Amino acid sequence: MAARTASAALVILGVGSLVFLLIHLVPGDPVEAMLGEGARAADREVLRAALGLDRPLAEQYLGYLARTASLDLGQSFAYQRPVADLLAERIPATLELALAALTLALLLALPLGVLAARHRGGALDTGAMGFSLLGAAIPNFWLGPVLILVFSLWLGWTPVSGREGAASLVLPAVTLGTGLAAVLARMVRSSVLEVLAEDYIRTARAKGLRESSLLWGHALRNAWLPVLTLIGLQLGGLLAGAVITETVFAWPGVGSLLIEAIQARDYPVVQACVLLISLTYVLVNALTDLVCAWADPRVRG
Amino acid sequence: MSALRHGLPAGLLLLWLLAALVAPVLPLAPDRIDLTAILAPPGHGSLLGNDDLGRPVLDRLLAGARTSLLVGLGVVTVSLVIGVLVGGVAGLAGGWLDLVLVRLIDVFLAFPGILLAIALAGILGPGIDNLIIALAAVGWVGYARLVRAQVLSLKRRDHVAAARALGAGPARLLFRHLLPLALAPVLVEATFGVAAAVIAEAGLSFLGLGVQPPQASWGSMIRDGAAYLLVAPHLVLAPGVAVLLVVLSVNLLGDRLRDRIDVRSRP
Repeated sequence: MAARTASAALVILGVGSLVFLLIHLVPGDPVEAMLGEGARAADREVLRAALGLDRPLAEQYLGYLARTASLDLGQSFAYQRPVADLLAERIPATLELALAALTLALLLALPLGVLAARHRGGALDTGAMGFSLLGAAIPNFWLGPVLILVFSLWLGWTPVSGREGAASLVLPAVTLGTGLAAVLARMVRSSVLEVLAEDYIRTARAKGLRESSLLWGHALRNAWLPVLTLIGLQLGGLLAGAVITETVFAWPGVGSLLIEAIQARDYPVVQACVLLISLTYVLVNALTDLVCAWADPRVRG
Repeated sequence: MSALRHGLPAGLLLLWLLAALVAPVLPLAPDRIDLTAILAPPGHGSLLGNDDLGRPVLDRLLAGARTSLLVGLGVVTVSLVIGVLVGGVAGLAGGWLDLVLVRLIDVFLAFPGILLAIALAGILGPGIDNLIIALAAVGWVGYARLVRAQVLSLKRRDHVAAARALGAGPARLLFRHLLPLALAPVLVEATFGVAAAVIAEAGLSFLGLGVQPPQASWGSMIRDGAAYLLVAPHLVLAPGVAVLLVVLSVNLLGDRLRDRIDVRSRP
C-alpha cells in the first residue's frame, strides 16, 4: 500500500516535471512566439520577467513546483484572469461529457459483449465484433461531423453545437463513447468467454441454474475485474478524445479551453490544462487499482 | 468471406501506398484554385467534387495519402529507434540505469499520449517534421517497454552467454543476438502503431496543429469541410472514409500478423 502510494507520488512528480519541461525544452522562444517577430525588445523583456523566464531554470522549476502544489496556476494572458478560475468554469462541462460517454459505453458494451460471448461464432457475435472493429477505427473528429449532418441538419433532432439542455449532450456523448464502447465490448466478450470455461460455471449449470442468471449473475460478475482495469486505462484516451470532441461540438470544457489556449499561445493555461488532465488520469488509474484490490478477494487476502 | 477479410484490406493498403508514392508524379493539382467550381458536388468532370476554394477533392485526397503515409511511417520509425535503444539498454544494463529508465517509461505511460502530442504539436508549431517529433515523443514508450521485456526474457539464454563469453560487446549482443529474436512482437506492435499514427496525424491536423496549409491532410480537409457540412457534405465524407478504410485495413493486417506469429512463437 505504502509502496503503491509512493510510486503514484513519484509518477505525479514526473508528470508535473514533464509538463514544465514541455514549454522550456522545446526549441524556440515562447516570448517571441507569443508577441510575434515584430515585437519591441522592451515588451519582450517585460513579458519575460512576468513569466519568470529571465531567472535560472532550476529556480523556475522549484518555483513552479511550489506554486502548483499550493494550487496557484498563474494568470492567463489571453483572459487576464487566474487560470484556476478558468479551469473551475470549464471542469463541470468536461466531467458531464466524460460521464455521459462512459455510461453510454458501458450500456452498449456490457450487453453486446455478454451476448457475443453467449452466442460465440453466431451472427450476433460477428455483428458485435464488426461493430467493435469499426468503432475503434472511426475517428471521432469524423464521427462528430457525420452525426451533426444526420441528426442535426437533416433530421433536426439535436442542436448542432454548444451546451444548452440535455439534447445538446447526446451527440457529443455518442461521438466520444463509441470508441470506448468498441474496445470495452471486445474485452467483455473475451473476459466472459474465459469465465464461461471455468468449472464453477459447469457446476452451476449442472445444478439447473437458468442460463440468464448464469450469464448475467455468475459470468459477468467474475468478468468485471479486467473490464474495470481497462476502463481506468481507457479513461486517458477518453479525456484526450474529449479534446477533439469538445472542439467539434464547441462544447465549453477543458479540452476546448486547451485548444483555444494553444492557438492564443496562452502558455500558463496550456500548462494547467495538460497538468489537470494528466493528473486526473493518474489518479483514476490509482483509484482503479484500489477498487480492483478491494473487489477481488484474491488480491485483498 | 475470407477473401473479403484478407484481400480487401491488403488491396486498400496497396492503393494507399500507391497513391502516396505516385501522387507527386501524377498530373494532380491539389492546390489549384478554381473559383467557378467552388463547392461543386461530385460528378461534372471532377470525380469527388471541389472544396470551398474550388480545389479538386480527389487530388487533395491523393496528396493527403502521401501526408498520412509519411507521418505514419516516420512516427513509427523514429519511435522504434528510440524505443529499441532505450528498452534494449535498460534490459541489458540492469541496475540503476534500468531503474531510472523504467521510471521514465512509467511517467510517459502515465500520460494520455495523444494529449501530450497535442500540447507538443501546439508548442512546436505546424509542419510535417514537427508532427513526427510530437507523435514520436509519446510513441517510443510502448516499444521501449516491449523491447525491455523481451530482452529481459531472452538475455539468460545460452547463446547470449556464449556470445558474451566470446567477447561480444553490449551493442553486438543487442543487435545481433537479442533483437532478431524479439523482432516478431515488435513488428506487430509497429503495425498497430502505423494505424495509431495515421489517426493521430489526422486528429492533430483537424485541430489545426498538423501540416501547414495549403499542404493537404485528411484531417485538415475534414476541418475545412465541416463549415460547409449542409451544402457540401462530400468535403467531410470523402477524407473521413479514407482515414477509416486505411486504419481499418492496417488494424486487420495487424490482427492477422499477431495471430500468425502467436502460433509460431508458442511451440
